[in-house]
Amino acid sequence: MKLLHKLATASTILMLSSAALAVDIKPAVVFDMGGKFDKSFNQGVYDGVERFKTETGISYREFEVTNEAQREQAIRKMAQRGLSPIIGVGFAQGPAIEKVASEYPNLKFTIIDSVVDLPNVQSVVFKEHEGSFLVGILAAMSSKTGKVGYIGGMDIPMIRAFGCGYAQGVKMADPSIEVIQNMTGTTPTAWNDPGRGAELSRGQFDRGVDIIYAAAGGTGVGVYQAAKDAGKMAIGVDSNQNHIHPGTMLTSMLKRVDVAAYNSYKAAYEGNWKAGIHVLGLKEDGVGWALDEHNASMITDAMKAKVEQARADVISGKIKVHDYRSNNACDI
Amino acid sequence: MSDLLQPLPRWIDVGVIPVLNVSMAMIVSSILLLVVGIEPVEAVTIMLHGAFGYDEGIGYTLYYATNFVFTGLAVAIAFHAGLFNIGGEGQAYIGGLGVGLAMLLLDSSMPAFLLLPIALIMAALFGGAWALIPAYLQAYRGSHIVITTIMFNFIASAIMVYLMVNVLIMPGQQSPQTREFAESAQLPFMHEVFAWFGVNISQSPLNLSIVWAVICCIGLWLFIWRSRWGYETRAVGFNEKAAVYGGINPKRVVLISMCISGALAGFVGFNEISGVHHRLILNFTAGYGFTGIAVSLMGRNHPVGIVLASLLFGMLYQGGAELAFEVPTVTREMVVAIQGFVILFSGALAYMSTPFLTRLYNRWK
Amino acid sequence: MNHSSQIVESAEQTVAEMSPPPAIELRNINKSFGAVQANRNVDLIVQAGTIHGIVGENGAGKSTLMSILYGFYEADEGSIQINGKPARINSSQAAIAAGIGMVHQHFMLVANFSVLENVMMGAEKGFLLKNSIGQARRKLRELSENYSLHVDPDALTDDLPVGQQQRVEILKALFRSAGILILDEPTGVLTPQETEQLFKILSSLRDEGVTIILITHKLREIMAITDNVSVMRDGEMVAHCQTAETSTAELAELMVGRKVSAATRSREQFLGDIRLKVENLSVAGSLGNKLLDDINLEVRSGEIVGIAGVSGNGQSELLEVLSGIRPLSQGQITINGQQFKAEDSYNAADMRELKVAHVPEDRHRTGMVTAMSAWESLILGYHHDSRYNKGILFDQAAIHEEAERLIKEFDVRPGDPEIKSANMSGGNQQKLILAREIDKSPEVLIVGQPTRGVDIGAIEFIHGQLNQLRQRGCAILMVSVELDEVLALSDRILVIFDGRIVAEVNGNEADTMTLGLMMANAHEPRSSQNLKGDA
Repeated sequence: MKLLHKLATASTILMLSSAALAVDIKPAVVFDMGGKFDKSFNQGVYDGVERFKTETGISYREFEVTNEAQREQAIRKMAQRGLSPIIGVGFAQGPAIEKVASEYPNLKFTIIDSVVDLPNVQSVVFKEHEGSFLVGILAAMSSKTGKVGYIGGMDIPMIRAFGCGYAQGVKMADPSIEVIQNMTGTTPTAWNDPGRGAELSRGQFDRGVDIIYAAAGGTGVGVYQAAKDAGKMAIGVDSNQNHIHPGTMLTSMLKRVDVAAYNSYKAAYEGNWKAGIHVLGLKEDGVGWALDEHNASMITDAMKAKVEQARADVISGKIKVHDYRSNNACDI
Repeated sequence: MSDLLQPLPRWIDVGVIPVLNVSMAMIVSSILLLVVGIEPVEAVTIMLHGAFGYDEGIGYTLYYATNFVFTGLAVAIAFHAGLFNIGGEGQAYIGGLGVGLAMLLLDSSMPAFLLLPIALIMAALFGGAWALIPAYLQAYRGSHIVITTIMFNFIASAIMVYLMVNVLIMPGQQSPQTREFAESAQLPFMHEVFAWFGVNISQSPLNLSIVWAVICCIGLWLFIWRSRWGYETRAVGFNEKAAVYGGINPKRVVLISMCISGALAGFVGFNEISGVHHRLILNFTAGYGFTGIAVSLMGRNHPVGIVLASLLFGMLYQGGAELAFEVPTVTREMVVAIQGFVILFSGALAYMSTPFLTRLYNRWK
Repeated sequence: MNHSSQIVESAEQTVAEMSPPPAIELRNINKSFGAVQANRNVDLIVQAGTIHGIVGENGAGKSTLMSILYGFYEADEGSIQINGKPARINSSQAAIAAGIGMVHQHFMLVANFSVLENVMMGAEKGFLLKNSIGQARRKLRELSENYSLHVDPDALTDDLPVGQQQRVEILKALFRSAGILILDEPTGVLTPQETEQLFKILSSLRDEGVTIILITHKLREIMAITDNVSVMRDGEMVAHCQTAETSTAELAELMVGRKVSAATRSREQFLGDIRLKVENLSVAGSLGNKLLDDINLEVRSGEIVGIAGVSGNGQSELLEVLSGIRPLSQGQITINGQQFKAEDSYNAADMRELKVAHVPEDRHRTGMVTAMSAWESLILGYHHDSRYNKGILFDQAAIHEEAERLIKEFDVRPGDPEIKSANMSGGNQQKLILAREIDKSPEVLIVGQPTRGVDIGAIEFIHGQLNQLRQRGCAILMVSVELDEVLALSDRILVIFDGRIVAEVNGNEADTMTLGLMMANAHEPRSSQNLKGDA
């Protein structure tokens, strides 16, 4: 955790110092079904490994899986060639990483969004509920109608965790505010269905919602567009999406998969790669909220103060944000 | 008037035309590859080597082919009854659900020699039942089966997500998947089977269900062409009026053939859940049900043709993955495009060259 | 052969003597499809302003020849001259341009268009329809008057009787300035009265200078209307003659290549018990209309009861309801003592259990699955029979043995049980169906159009089989639109009109004209005691 924190905040210094320690590595990454250009999760990883490539000049092997059986196949193929570290993107690759990593104990594996308990696997998971909690506070404080919305992508526990953390933030800021939640769908197409996203948004706007948080991958694009068209507000997810529609994007919930991917390569490159579970929450800067020139005018000082206080409280343990996944229920 | 032209002999219809169609697809694909600067011959070599060049590749090719045989046969039997079963995807999904439920319930209390046949039966029962509802609606309520089977794909998907997310998910697990079945509920992989006989081959998802696929091919052939029920099925498919004249009840034929169709599609669930993943997961059907339509069309709805077409598609899947792996400039979208060309030319445009060939053949004769 | 070649010569001599160029002159036409030579060295000369008949059995090459003339096919070899000028006809447009019009056996009309719209369809001029409609209406009126072809231009085509629809087809051709008119089996769908009217029209067309080619297999019509006649057999022209100098017997012999005896019913009586009894039978259509209305009839063992009528008056429904294909709405059917009522659910298989065989009207669409092989067609309806099955699978050996026996006994060609039923000629398909149905020694036979589209040689054979079956005591109910056939075979004749039996005539007393009138329901019934419904 310390490592990540350091890297995220002072990567330039580390870069300078790393040159001497550099190890010759042959990294690889296996993207999941969404593909590396999904404008969301996979693309975050892609950005991270690209950054590593431009900084070090070391290229990586990549593969985008198209069906369930290819995950294990691709990871094994990477391993057969002695590539390391191998990043598996997404919880769905967990079992495949587990299997191949146990067959190749001398290689390094990184799994993002899942936990694999092996001595040569680095598991990176995020406390999405904590980041969502913060943007929930911002949403509650920005809402004039007393109703805020949430649009999830595919209906799975992780996406419910986003929604649950968000709702907790909203309720903490103002218990009277109503949260309307929708899921885009039940199949993976829900990750990339902007039309449906826009439709759901309009439905929520009609019910009085004036700000929507979308955790739905490519579907979010439709949500943001609908918010802009209706003169309402939206909150982005995963990467900083504030620039998409400046003025109607209240903020973005950041989930730094790019940092996770970059750090895995970087650490291996510097010879200090460590296996184990890396839980990235607010404390580790693995999740957060985005403030930049595109949304500065929309965030009042009061909001900023409140959300920063909440952030500090979560980090200090004063506030506990409930994780839906811990008991498959959202107890607010 | 044109019926006076002699129809093409069988060897052209089942031999020359498919080869021609695949060749056309390859020519168009080659153009695509050349545009992005890849040597087509090299690409084809990589694909062929990836699919058939070494034991792991062969394993994957045959594993895909196993799924395609099941869904291809499923489309074929429905087609012989004059029905277009677009619901193979959903039937496979629900078939897998049946397998999963049974295994989760029973795997602690039963030995493998009981569990595996139960898995097989559950795949057939669930898949068949899922096809039976659209069949009933078609036979007795006049709802078109193409529409209903498509809708049932969505319903199957929704049911699966609901069950996986809310009911069957392994506690404390982030992704929607069940616990792994006990060893006794796992269909042995072929590399394990070979190991029993002291032969070592590389790991692949290929498992014993390929044997069942072969049995299904033979069984379906006997059913369609050598049994009175298959005879009734074909009679209804070719000419319902004549079938009614022959005392055949077309409604019953619709129900029976769709049940068999759904059961066959359900075996994809057997292959995937019992044979590969050993747990219930989402989206294990991966479009096999839809590809089955192209497989069946290309295989002329005959088991032998379906086996050959399945191998071709297995080759495309595995070789395509290999190509994307080996040549970084080949994106997976390009692989899908190549597969799409093959489906287009051998499925949708299957009979495009027939009039031309018929004229050529008649002139040549 | 000697005889016919003399006729050919004489026809050519006649041609040479005449001065104006013939309307059509085909020379040495050859056309083959794969191994099949459909036309071999065919010559045909049609004099302008005459009616020229072309006769021949199915598959003799008539259709191919006309298709070449109308531009559907191009001949492999040979020349075409129209009105003395060489012509290259490679499409139907070219044929129309050359002044050739065709009236197909199955009309090519759009049912929900008016007569005018149908006539002008494809011949519209200009961008706006309005102008051409006015022109077309004028032209159509002129044509109607000149040729006395009266049809209401604004009537919906679907509402017209068949005879009038045919007139629309003729008008369509004339509208496109056709000087040569080809009619393909024009009388197949007409009543005798309508046929007579058609012939009147054709005569007046001829008087106006139109050249007409009439393709038919009805020799009586050839004798009645044509000036010259050409006979085809096996792709060759075997004779050209002047109609006045030949006879039906001679033509029939030329067509078949041997002497043909006309079908006659043996006058011996074999009457037995009532096998089939129909009481107050009604069948409702999908709109609640009555397709069959209060039908009463009975058929005894050893009797052929013929149902005469213009097609579309309920015959098809009667056949279907009696053979178990269609449910009845009211009344009852009794077969060998077993009753069937509206509330009973039964199908064709149940009827076969009672030894009811059925030779359907439409062998292609009903009687067999043409995509199946001959052996498969030979078990349709009997495929559950224990003699064809061994356990859960077919007994291939038994089925094939039986198929070969039936094919031999009924002289079905080609004699290969593996051949696709679709690749057999109509006559052989019909023989196949008869073989299947008759071989089970039925006690009741329901048969529709036993010889429709069947060669003369096969007709003879089929009639023989029906007579034999009658002798063996089968009760036969036969529906046919061929009055000659009904007259030749039936012990009793029932006339059906608009779903009702409107008359009953003893087979010995019936004649074509009276039956024809009864079929059109224009006849005052003579023997009212037999009538079940008022006409």
